[in-house]
Amino acid sequence: MPGSTEQLAAHGPACADGLSGMYGPENKADVVIIGAGPAGLAAATELRRCGVQSVVVLDREPVAGGIPRHCDHYPYGLREFSRLLRGPAYARRLVAAALAAGVRIHTGVSIQSLTSGPVLTVTSDAGVRVVHAQRVLIATGARETSRAARFIGGTKPGGVVSTGALQGLVHLEGITPFHAPVVLGTELVSFSALLTCRHLGIRPVAMIEPGASTTAFWPARWLPRILGIPLLLKTELLTIEGESTVSGVTIRRPNGDIERLNADGVIVSGHFRPESAILLSSHIELDRQTGGPVVDQFGRCSDPDFFAAGNLLRPVETAGWSWQEGKAVGHAIAQSLEGKLPGLTTGIAVELAGGSLKYVVPQRIVPTDVPPALDSFQFRVSHKAQGRLCLSIDGARKTVKSLSAVPERRIRVPLTVLPRSPTGTATFELVESDR
Amino acid sequence: MSADHRNSQFDIAVIGAGVIGCAIARQFTLEGARVVVIEKAPDILDGASKANSAILHTGFDAPPGSIEASCIAAGHAEYLKIHERLGLPLIKSGALVIAWTEGEEQRLPMLMERARENGVEDVQFLSAGQTHELEPELAEHVKASFTVPREYVIDPWSAPYGYLLQGLANGAVIKRNCEVKGGRFDGVRWKLDTVQGQISATTVINAAGLYGDIIDQKLTGSTRFSIKPRKGQFIVYDKPASALVKHILLPVPNDVTKGVVICRTAYGNLLVGPTAEAQDDRVNAALSETAMTALRQRGEEILPALADHDVTAVYAGLRPATEFKDYQIHAHEGLNYITVGGIRSTGLSSALGTAKLIYQRYLESGEAFQPPATIQWPRVSNIAENYPRDWQCEGNKGIVCHCELVTRREITEALEGPLAVRSIGGLKRRTRATMGRCQGFYCSAELAKMTQPYFDAAGSTVRSHAGIN
Ligand SMILES: Cc1cc2nc3c(=O)[nH]c(=O)nc-3n(C[C@H](O)[C@H](O)[C@H](O)COP(=O)(O)OP(=O)(O)OC[C@H]3O[C@@H](n4cnc5c(N)ncnc54)[C@H](O)[C@@H]3O)c2cc1C
Ligand SMILES: Cc1cc2nc3c(=O)[nH]c(=O)nc-3n(C[C@H](O)[C@H](O)[C@H](O)COP(=O)(O)OP(=O)(O)OC[C@H]3O[C@@H](n4cnc5c(N)ncnc54)[C@H](O)[C@@H]3O)c2cc1C
Repeated sequence: MPGSTEQLAAHGPACADGLSGMYGPENKADVVIIGAGPAGLAAATELRRCGVQSVVVLDREPVAGGIPRHCDHYPYGLREFSRLLRGPAYARRLVAAALAAGVRIHTGVSIQSLTSGPVLTVTSDAGVRVVHAQRVLIATGARETSRAARFIGGTKPGGVVSTGALQGLVHLEGITPFHAPVVLGTELVSFSALLTCRHLGIRPVAMIEPGASTTAFWPARWLPRILGIPLLLKTELLTIEGESTVSGVTIRRPNGDIERLNADGVIVSGHFRPESAILLSSHIELDRQTGGPVVDQFGRCSDPDFFAAGNLLRPVETAGWSWQEGKAVGHAIAQSLEGKLPGLTTGIAVELAGGSLKYVVPQRIVPTDVPPALDSFQFRVSHKAQGRLCLSIDGARKTVKSLSAVPERRIRVPLTVLPRSPTGTATFELVESDR
Repeated sequence: MSADHRNSQFDIAVIGAGVIGCAIARQFTLEGARVVVIEKAPDILDGASKANSAILHTGFDAPPGSIEASCIAAGHAEYLKIHERLGLPLIKSGALVIAWTEGEEQRLPMLMERARENGVEDVQFLSAGQTHELEPELAEHVKASFTVPREYVIDPWSAPYGYLLQGLANGAVIKRNCEVKGGRFDGVRWKLDTVQGQISATTVINAAGLYGDIIDQKLTGSTRFSIKPRKGQFIVYDKPASALVKHILLPVPNDVTKGVVICRTAYGNLLVGPTAEAQDDRVNAALSETAMTALRQRGEEILPALADHDVTAVYAGLRPATEFKDYQIHAHEGLNYITVGGIRSTGLSSALGTAKLIYQRYLESGEAFQPPATIQWPRVSNIAENYPRDWQCEGNKGIVCHCELVTRREITEALEGPLAVRSIGGLKRRTRATMGRCQGFYCSAELAKMTQPYFDAAGSTVRSHAGIN
């Protein structure tokens, strides 16, 4: 796809300038999108397709494309481009499609704060500026949870990285940080780490999973075996050892034995968290359970001029899912600009009861005939659970479906389980059957 | 005087570039001495001074009459005097010493009395109700408290860096990656053997922190104390948590433990810690899950709202404690040698005062110098949150570390400017890059690219700075 590369290159110098003079002296746009990942770019492209005049995407990285930029492996692009692509090629295609649709993308621009208006404070090489928009889409994605936030004990040598950091080092800078690391976690992204290792001739010494089975399903069955990497289930990573670089780790095996593994690095993978930093200090309501903003079925935040899509909504989905969500929420923003969305005031809250459901998105439903952008409730469970998924509205309880669920797998229920004009609070609960 | 001459003919050799060594180097340089600071690590502040609570103590609870008490008082006063000229931050938070049990409440009057004895007259008793009025987020079961209005928060890294920078700007020399292996005093001068060859100076000041006793042994054949490292672990909450409290929350110390402190940082976070754990290892301050979990729990007992906040960083430091309570400051007669050891848990506060004291000790047997005609006051680039930061200015070249808002220009300055950093640890302490909520998820690659040419040249490997955590 030479076209996209050229456009990207042509886009380069403009990026370096950050915001300076790029969209008029008043720094205004109809829609400003924060984050040039799959969700943000899909929304931007869709907004232009719907005829919205000025659509601007801002991203703090030097290059647009989001996380896939450094995921130099498959599978990306099936849903969007009907072909199997590696992350970087996929990211370039998304950028090219947005530029071709007339979206303006500015990189090296970091959003610092959000206030009603909507007014954004942004910073770039030009210093601090204020940007006005009619609507804002926040699509800042998700990141993995650090070693620190997981309270993993031991010393703090170099060579302890998340998958995202590893892939950045490898694919963006050509650095091989270690040769024999331990991989903690068995989510999809953990297998992405294995692929990256293989690409560089790095031989992980083990993959460690505290749970009784791998979190991700399809690659877990064969990938470690093919690569000859021991998969240690029901095993905890206790401490990391080493002074300037990792020298080993201690682990607790299922029988309680504590063992030491020699390793020169640790890949601390998964446990995604929405990158909601700019929301923390804003007026927009956050959901403790997802870690992202509270949204309605249009992806609208508690301030209806702000929308959200992609992995910011919840940890964690694929790029294709985020793209689809971005596109749908982009469409809803166009409708909102035309005054076609119902007001937020009449909505009902969607809540969870019991211990096994971890989160639900959307957290608010507004009764309306306008088709939703998010057409199903998305759930995750915090532990393996089996039972009936029940819904209570104003004291009346019904069974939605029976469910057998494991962590980090998609659980969807169409929004149509709700009555046409619900009132009060809708509470979902997974009533576990006795085991 | 030629540069060569300067390099080989030092009046003072300071061993160790911790906060104490940096302050002593500044003091002697401003008095007119030719000073060399010798540090074994690639960067300054790599020992005990790497990790602390960053409180500028008044010394209200120090043992009255101790060397420590007088150094803290003098250090606190001097910091207030010079911080603006050096561009060093000061967060005037004040502290509350809080009693959570009746037993603790009974000890408050005694502690207030001790504070007054230490010259900290402005302490004030508060009832439970008054305490809650000041700090509404505190847990219900507060019994009483007293305020210590002049306990402040500072930046633990830019302060000593500023001291040394001023020393360097006025003629001091620093040698890094330069471990002192031994040395001899020939009756007139010292010849120190280092991994970079011999360094000669009239007087040696041992400010080797966690290695103070070992340096004493090596250079004088004996030591009057032994270092017993005492580890302190901390957990750091994300920035929104810092809005929960205004004051530094200090516990009532008892004989067993000093207890857990809750304190805002100069960077806008909230920290909870430290633990106090004796160990033999002088190098590694290992974190333990149990301790971190216990801190989290204690934090929530004090400030219940912390349950809704994220911990984004954890760290541990080692105090250079000894078998004695007080600082170990000894001038060795006829040897031109002063030991400044056992500065265990208040060195950041006392450093400038300790440096003054050491200069007085020096004058008891050494000759005064000719102070420079004019004194240079370099300014440190600010990384504290309440002061203007580079990301807010034009020409910052964009942000690299998004969580701590560290700009490309700041990183370049740290890599190329005065006392250029030579390790990822040094870069973190100078700029705070990677120390925020994502802990390197977003910026590791860009940082590795930026630092690679510099650190490779200094002999570090890519591997040691690629994995940032
Ligand atoms: C290591 C790894 C491997 C993966 N492998 C696959 C795979 O093989 N297949 C797959 O389908 N999915 C994969 N994923 C998941 C996929 O990358 C994500 O689902 C997708 O990128 C989410 O898109 P998004 O637009 O929501 O967020 P992102 O792609 O994260 O984009 C968010 C953008 O927002 C920007 N941003 C954030 N905050 C600000 C701010 N304050 N100001 C300005 N800009 C900001 C960021 O710079 C970023 O560019 C992988 C993820 C990781 C981490
Ligand atoms: C958990 C904790 C919390 C604390 N909180 C506070 C606080 O809130 N307020 C406060 O005022 N203080 C606090 N402190 C105390 C303060 O950090 C210490 O008192 C201070 O850092 C001691 O500094 P130093 O210069 O004596 O030692 P160090 O920082 O250890 O400096 C000694 C230097 O000497 C170097 N060195 C050693 N051997 C050699 C050799 N052979 N050759 C060359 N160089 C050598 C080392 O590399 C090191 O850089 C705290 C300490 C800890 C651990």
